[in-house]
Amino acid sequence: MTDVDASVIEPPAKQRRPSLLFSRWHLVLLPIALVMVVPLVWMAVTSLQTLNETRHYPPTLVPSSLRFKNYGDVLRDTPFARWFVNTLVVTLVSVVGNLIFCSLAGYAFARIRFFGRNVTFVLILATLMVPFQVTVIPTFLIVRQLGMIDTLGALIVPNLAGAFGIFMLRQFFLTLPVELEEAARIDGATRLGVLLKIVLPLSGPALATLAVITFLWTWNDFFWPLITIYSANNMTLQLGLATFQGAHQTNTNLLMAANVMSVLPMLIIFFLAQRYFIRGIATTGLKG
Amino acid sequence: MAEVTLDHVSKRFQEVDAVDDLSLTIADGEFLILVGPSGCGKTTALRLIAGLEKGTAGTIRIGDRVVNDVTPRDRDIAMVFQNYALYPHMSVYKNLAFGLKERKTPKPEIERRVREVGEMLGLKDLMKRRPAQLSGGQRQRVAMGRALVREPAVFLMDEPLSNLDAKLRVQMRAELKRLHQRLGITTIYVTHDQVEAMTLADRVVVMANGKVQQIGRPQEVYGAPANLFVAGFIGSPPMNLLRANVADGEIVAGSMRLPGPAGVAGGEVALGFRPEDVQVVEDGPSFELVVDVVEPLGNLVVVHGSTEGTPVQSGAEEEEELPMVVSGSRTQVTAVFAPELEPAPGATLRVGVAPRRVHLFDLRTGTAIRPRHD
Repeated sequence: MTDVDASVIEPPAKQRRPSLLFSRWHLVLLPIALVMVVPLVWMAVTSLQTLNETRHYPPTLVPSSLRFKNYGDVLRDTPFARWFVNTLVVTLVSVVGNLIFCSLAGYAFARIRFFGRNVTFVLILATLMVPFQVTVIPTFLIVRQLGMIDTLGALIVPNLAGAFGIFMLRQFFLTLPVELEEAARIDGATRLGVLLKIVLPLSGPALATLAVITFLWTWNDFFWPLITIYSANNMTLQLGLATFQGAHQTNTNLLMAANVMSVLPMLIIFFLAQRYFIRGIATTGLKG
Repeated sequence: MAEVTLDHVSKRFQEVDAVDDLSLTIADGEFLILVGPSGCGKTTALRLIAGLEKGTAGTIRIGDRVVNDVTPRDRDIAMVFQNYALYPHMSVYKNLAFGLKERKTPKPEIERRVREVGEMLGLKDLMKRRPAQLSGGQRQRVAMGRALVREPAVFLMDEPLSNLDAKLRVQMRAELKRLHQRLGITTIYVTHDQVEAMTLADRVVVMANGKVQQIGRPQEVYGAPANLFVAGFIGSPPMNLLRANVADGEIVAGSMRLPGPAGVAGGEVALGFRPEDVQVVEDGPSFELVVDVVEPLGNLVVVHGSTEGTPVQSGAEEEEELPMVVSGSRTQVTAVFAPELEPAPGATLRVGVAPRRVHLFDLRTGTAIRPRHD
């Protein structure tokens, strides 16, 4: 083919990415990525070492042998599986609860005119600005009154809905054309029908973002479980991992093996839903 | 099918009367058009009938049922929105079927009616597509179809053609008229386009500032505008309006002298005449028209010029319309002539208006002064 032919067939150069192998930004990003990834690799490496190797100085980054036995030890010596299931239950119920309650509340704030709507909404928004340390004691007292201390309920119930989720979904619902909902109402749908059949199916990205953020937050939460859970059987992963650290001795290799197992679901979720994480960060600055 | 009655209906938004004491009866099977400039309350009136807004006063009846407190779903109406409001996540078929499904219509019945409407509107081959995959005209048809399929008592349409390009709009306009003639469903249609209003309506309601200015058949509204606003709003190019004096059986406006109508008291009035009623004359009552701009349109020629006199504002002028620079005590006059007569800019024409084509309005109240024909 001649050059002329090629220029006819190929799409205009403007639409193509520059054909460099990497962007100049990668020169900046690569070292940062390295800094981020080293602890993760170190954790994985340590989880396969013997206890002696973990105490070596300077640290060895290449283990002499791959001790997968560490993983078996963790599963045998601790109720790790139990913690994992606990965390999974708490996280999934929290995610589902947030999706249900935040979309109901968010929709009401976005579309239904009722007495005191704006005042209530501002109050809910204001709670976003109160740090958890301030509300932790009242929340604890309420949970205790409900008789849920040292149960999974203590971890689930206070997190079934959140101000952030209500705010984020309200903002998203406001961007949907109101005529769609009016058309559906004239077509015969009830308010709830409009929400379920028109609004929610169009809110996939926002719901996914909320789900991912709630998952991340609940899975990694340490402080609240630390206060409300005492017995080993009701612990979540984060709490369970802390018990590996003794006052006199820490089995670093076992701790890291447990860490790897607890981080794995997060990594999987992250790779599957990267763009929703990014959107979640982006929408925290959503305009009103 | 049903009659729709509005009885002293008002809607107030904070400080603004969007709809002010609107009383109206739309006969069964009638095609009624609410027309007016933007912000005149026509869309609010439609939304009140739909139940999407709650009125502050008055009664709305559909059939013989008062529907003030009836939800939109139970009013037996269907509405076509300006932006169509098609459900983006549903196929054309599901868009059409949605209303029937919500009303628990049996499935075979849904299929039959969707197929029927699909054939009527030429949507048969598009049933599996999503709205995003349709052209503007096709979306418009789906929006119409979604209303039709419900077989409602009343059709409400909010500027359904305004998002189409000019050619498609003319085509859909004719189609709409055909559809209405065939189905005979009571239709209330909102538009700011007076051509749509004139061509489609059985009756036109001209609105301004939330109030009805005139109700009548298109020809009535055009031929005998009830006030200055209607005179200035209906008709394109709009009616020429200038100050005049009635005295001694004569109307005097600048250099213009016309035989006065019988039975009109003397004093200052607004004189109006339509551009197409301006005719070149040899003698008789006439005035000089200095040609400014000539717009040949093929089948006719629009001539913008000026004559001696003081203009009158009708209140229907578009905001962006700038007052033409007219020197001294001259006023702008638009005339429409046959294409053979194509005057050069700067030429002076001697023109006149037939006495029975002249409209007079009270300068203070704006209402038409109807001469007694003895």
